[in-house]
Amino acid sequence: MLSYLTGRLFALLPVLAVVAVVVFMVVHVTPGDPARVMLGEDATEAQVATLRHDLGLDRPLPVQFVLWIGRALRGDLGESLFLHIPVSRDIALHLGPTATLSALGMTVALVIGIPVGIVSAVFRNSWLDQASLGLALLGAAVPSFWLGLSLIVLFAVDFGWLPSSGYQSPSNGLRQSLQYLVLPALALGVPNSSLIIRFTRSSLLDVLGNDYIRTARAKGLRGRAVIFRHALRNALVPILTVVGLTFAALMGGAVVTETVFSLPGIGQLVVSSVLRRDYPVIQGVTLTVATAYVIINLVVDLLYFAVDPRVRY
Amino acid sequence: MVQQAAAVRVPARVPGRPGIVSTLWKMVCRRRIIGIGVLILLVVAAAAVAAPLLAPTNPNTIDVPARLHAPEAAHPFGTDEYGRDILSRTLYGARLSLTVGLVVTLLSTTAGIVVGLIAGTNRGADKILMRIMDGVMAFPDILLAIALMASLGPSARNVVLALSFVYTPRVARVVRGSVLVIASLEYIDAAHAIGARRARILVRHILVNCASPVIVQATFITAYAMLGEAALSFLGVGIPPTIPTWGGIISGGQEYLRQAPWISIFPGAAIILSVLSLNLLGDGLRDFLDPRLRYS
Repeated sequence: MLSYLTGRLFALLPVLAVVAVVVFMVVHVTPGDPARVMLGEDATEAQVATLRHDLGLDRPLPVQFVLWIGRALRGDLGESLFLHIPVSRDIALHLGPTATLSALGMTVALVIGIPVGIVSAVFRNSWLDQASLGLALLGAAVPSFWLGLSLIVLFAVDFGWLPSSGYQSPSNGLRQSLQYLVLPALALGVPNSSLIIRFTRSSLLDVLGNDYIRTARAKGLRGRAVIFRHALRNALVPILTVVGLTFAALMGGAVVTETVFSLPGIGQLVVSSVLRRDYPVIQGVTLTVATAYVIINLVVDLLYFAVDPRVRY
Repeated sequence: MVQQAAAVRVPARVPGRPGIVSTLWKMVCRRRIIGIGVLILLVVAAAAVAAPLLAPTNPNTIDVPARLHAPEAAHPFGTDEYGRDILSRTLYGARLSLTVGLVVTLLSTTAGIVVGLIAGTNRGADKILMRIMDGVMAFPDILLAIALMASLGPSARNVVLALSFVYTPRVARVVRGSVLVIASLEYIDAAHAIGARRARILVRHILVNCASPVIVQATFITAYAMLGEAALSFLGVGIPPTIPTWGGIISGGQEYLRQAPWISIFPGAAIILSVLSLNLLGDGLRDFLDPRLRYS
């Protein structure tokens, strides 16, 4: 176990190195001078030169990279060109809504995906199965931002049940906070449930084909007990993989969904930074999110230990 | 007698290799969803090609007196805040969406095949190339695309470049995996043994047999790319809003959600229909081409 863990951690290093290079290059694929682009057409040549020097853009690329990555490893992601605060603080300020939204979106995706997947597998080839697969197909085709807007029209504009945009931290009262987060979580969770539906279905069908299921049925167990006590436990293991996969889609979706509901999260930060050409913030956000994603996937893999005693590395 | 002999010597078709049309037809008959997917896709493509004929007005014609009109005979999908016809804009948006989807698929598939072939046949290059692909895949798709758009600047060409970069690793992984499996098969040894050149084996024997998974993956990439383009344009970092795109129209309608929800609803329905048809096609092709992968 320990050797496996160290192996896995070491295997992360090249991936994270590539992540760092990609994030670093984001600024340097800009056609022309990044300093000029950041400051806009109106800036004087002297201002551009100063910024170029401040950001170290006048040094050779490899030197810039080493300096940048060195600081990033110490948690220094530079300073926002627009707000003049450390990027790490800017990210920390925006992390809360995104983390809450992602967690809620994941919950929605699982709450829809797993039961629907189970129903679909148990009543295989029935109209229920067809309907579930239809739902999964439709879910995968709906852009989360469009679903968000439709939910706003329906529940905020027509019915007036929920606020259409804004955010309240859960620490200021859970009820209040949830009011703002229900619609975004649905907009994010519903499209992402389709992969979970399909995986739950196929995984459960695989397990249901096993001999021990037939044995359980033969000894007279009720259908429900067979499904929940015997089949589902084993079927859930592969579903963990898809939870990891969904997380990436979810984080990307959160970026877009936040914009629809004006949630002050990472997504809004990165989009406004793109429009302001605030490169240090863009780099900081992409680096943070990619690193977080790599770590989440590692955690998901390690969870296999907890769920499946057969897994030994 | 003579006729018979001739028939034996010159068979109309090599047995066991049905023509492409009959294969396609068999595919559609066996997997109904392929037919449905292709049908919807053809309708969307026809709408895109015939946009100038079908559109009631020029998509950019401003008609302020007719602003924010609900769907009516003159404007079946209604009008936006400048009185522009949403049906016309949605039709022209189809041109852009489909083009972006197809070009991204073409570029990322080509790049992915090259990377996958090299990685699958060369151990040294494999380690380096696949680590790079893993690194690129460590970003959420849309976030990486946004970051790339930040430095490339908003334009249709740059959306294509950014999305192609994002999706290349998916193809590369599929190709590499297939190449590794196929290269270890006996008939490849046989090809080496009879003295076939390396390049010939690579293309004629290995690459051709990777086609099925690549085609399936390419279909899904077209769907992802269309969703990706819509998201980028919706966020205002994709194709400039002067050009009608589905994401851009939806974004413009966001402010008028209360008075004029139709601005956002129709282009959204167009996205759903296109992506749905591509997913149907992809699912059907996967079932048909590789029954082992079938999820049912």
